[in-house]
Amino acid sequence: MSINMGNVLGLIFANMHDMTVGDLTKNRTMGSVLFGGRYRLIDFPLSNMVNSGITAVGVITKDNYQSLLDHLGSAREWDLARKKGGLYFLPPFGNTNAALYSGRLEAINGAMSLIRHSLADYVVMSDCDVVTNMDFRPIVEQHEESGADITVVTHTGQYTNEDCLVSTILNVDSESRVKSVLIRPDLSGTCTASLNIFVMKKDFLIDLVNDCIARGKVSFETDVLQAKCSELVIKAYEYNNYFSKITSVGTYFKANMDLLDPANARQLYLPKRSIYTKVSDNAPAKYDLDCVVKNSLIADGCIIEGEVENSVVFRGVRVGKGAKVKNCILMQGTTIGAGAECSYLITDKEVTVAPDRVLTSSPEYPMYVSKGAYL
Amino acid sequence: MFNKKECVAMLLAGGQGSRLYALTQTVAKPAVPFGAKYRIIDFPLSNCINSGIDTVGVLTQYQPLVLNEYIGNGQPWDLDRLHGGVHVLSPYEKASGKDWYTGTANAIYQNIPFIERYDPEYVVVLSGDHIYKMDYNKMLEFHKEKNAAATIAVLDVPKEEASRFGIMITDAEDNIIDFEEKPANPRSTLASMGIYIFDWKKLKKYLIANEEDENASKDFGKNIIPDMREAGEKLVAYRFDGYWKDVGTIDSLWEANMDLINPNIPIDLYDPAWKIYSRNPILPPQSIGKNAEIQNSMVTEGCFIDGSVEFSVISEGVTIEEGAVIYDSILMPGAHIKKGAKVEYAIVGEDTVIGENAQIGARPETIEDKDTWGVAVVGNKLSISDGANVAPKAIIYEDM
Repeated sequence: MSINMGNVLGLIFANMHDMTVGDLTKNRTMGSVLFGGRYRLIDFPLSNMVNSGITAVGVITKDNYQSLLDHLGSAREWDLARKKGGLYFLPPFGNTNAALYSGRLEAINGAMSLIRHSLADYVVMSDCDVVTNMDFRPIVEQHEESGADITVVTHTGQYTNEDCLVSTILNVDSESRVKSVLIRPDLSGTCTASLNIFVMKKDFLIDLVNDCIARGKVSFETDVLQAKCSELVIKAYEYNNYFSKITSVGTYFKANMDLLDPANARQLYLPKRSIYTKVSDNAPAKYDLDCVVKNSLIADGCIIEGEVENSVVFRGVRVGKGAKVKNCILMQGTTIGAGAECSYLITDKEVTVAPDRVLTSSPEYPMYVSKGAYL
Repeated sequence: MFNKKECVAMLLAGGQGSRLYALTQTVAKPAVPFGAKYRIIDFPLSNCINSGIDTVGVLTQYQPLVLNEYIGNGQPWDLDRLHGGVHVLSPYEKASGKDWYTGTANAIYQNIPFIERYDPEYVVVLSGDHIYKMDYNKMLEFHKEKNAAATIAVLDVPKEEASRFGIMITDAEDNIIDFEEKPANPRSTLASMGIYIFDWKKLKKYLIANEEDENASKDFGKNIIPDMREAGEKLVAYRFDGYWKDVGTIDSLWEANMDLINPNIPIDLYDPAWKIYSRNPILPPQSIGKNAEIQNSMVTEGCFIDGSVEFSVISEGVTIEEGAVIYDSILMPGAHIKKGAKVEYAIVGEDTVIGENAQIGARPETIEDKDTWGVAVVGNKLSISDGANVAPKAIIYEDM
């Protein structure tokens, strides 16, 4: 069976998990957190939707969304500047009786007019915390074939206690049916965790949200997945392709560093399913006469005069002569002065490290430097 | 309804670029990749939009597929406009018959209806085979100030190079009083850059007259400019003193690429106030491997480099395997250099695969007979087998 993906509405939650990555979301949404040398996290779910044939996507946001709005623009880069469908940016209504949402159900309720007016039969929902190249087609197909009310994308694997404390853990039977749900449990070991990607029929979603809101229930995880898991048919779709789930600054750092291994990068950047992002017309990267660059990702617009090793370097970064950069993430526009030494550093946009400064941290706790700082 | 435009640019992009040999077998010269992430035409197009000229006709004829696709709706250059924008103008069939563009002047003549829609005062005529950053608006101001019929941009070149160019001879006020094409003994060092601004009404008159003259070769340099001079029109030279390079030959294309990585050459691609726009590839950042050594080079998105790269320009999506060595070379988009291969003083075409331990080109100091040395070229979409040897100056059109 094949589903017409033009019949699917995408919904992306840009602010979910904002609290998990600390200062990275001080002035931006989770969706606009910079990733992988030239991307922002929303590029992954958005590109995946487009590459799966979804042509209408609503981006639900709450606050701090200036950078997100700037990044998405008319959504032309994702081929979503369309007459029919395209990208719908859904900030909250600013009136007094509709306060900022606190749970996913309220967030969906805020987007209800888009959902109601959509001609789609299905809705695919995704957060911005999973970096992967996912085809939504087989998931929607499984949803249709299984007759489930809700399909949740899951991954079964080894989870640390730290991971479990920020995850929704599912107990799934041999027929893929979700039997019980634990939210942020104090566990570790082999678990089946939700990747926060869900498929539902549109009409089912509308009824579900109306019903929950009327009863004052706001959390999709607690009030639907957990509370209704015997009443509703909730099925898991087990996902086994390459992905990184960002649950903390530590996992953010690791997810970036994982891409230094070409074997991982090849599973994320598929030639026929590109990850799209905003174009910024930078010149190519320039490697100077005395530079040494090894095991790193370098984006356009960089001028590298010093040493860079095991690092992810975003667009327009300058690394001065004699500078040594090791195990760092340098975001857009960072300047590392001549002779400076940096290791295990995450510099946000437009950070300047003065010449000859030495800044070292440890792999367990990479040091984060906030946007525009001068060190 | 078309809004009036003060100035319309016409970009001559129909040339075959036959002196680029294997690189222009299936693409027009302006669409040849340049400077890692650009194509030659990005320079004049970016100059237009940066100069505030938002109406550009691109005249194509030879192998237009890649060029048309590349220009598309002009969005990468901000030339997708409600009024104006970029338009690709191919020759077309008319009630009176079918006409190819028979010369540069004829190409503009056939597109008089396009220009007239915008009712311009001035027309800028540009070519699609030069690398430079220039504010055409300053030249237009000069043209207006001088009240000229035509203004020709000129570059003061070293005396010993002057015989390679069309040379303008001027009086003290920079009025053009004479000109000579590639003179053996140049009387001046002001070389024409192939950039013209015309008073449109006058140009139209001369284009029509030239078209009616059956013996004319329908060319700007050979007919229109001399005709205007003979008729006593005011022709002035506009002196430009920035970087400008014609990339019509293998050697000049190679040199112009190398100029980008030469800190002493004044062409800055990193100036935010004068960006060179291009259709950006949708590719991840460049991945530099554990065994890589890169120095004094330019690299762009989607590359994977695990070999040695020095003094080279590496375009998007290039793979350089461990142990491969690239010196003083240009790798065009999608080229794949396998383990142990050595590429020296060479241009490797798009999507071409160089087999393991192959040797492409050679350093000049290793060649005794200097006349046999030159930049080696391997054409587009070719496969060079393991251990093969491509001699310096060779031009390869077929798999080997």
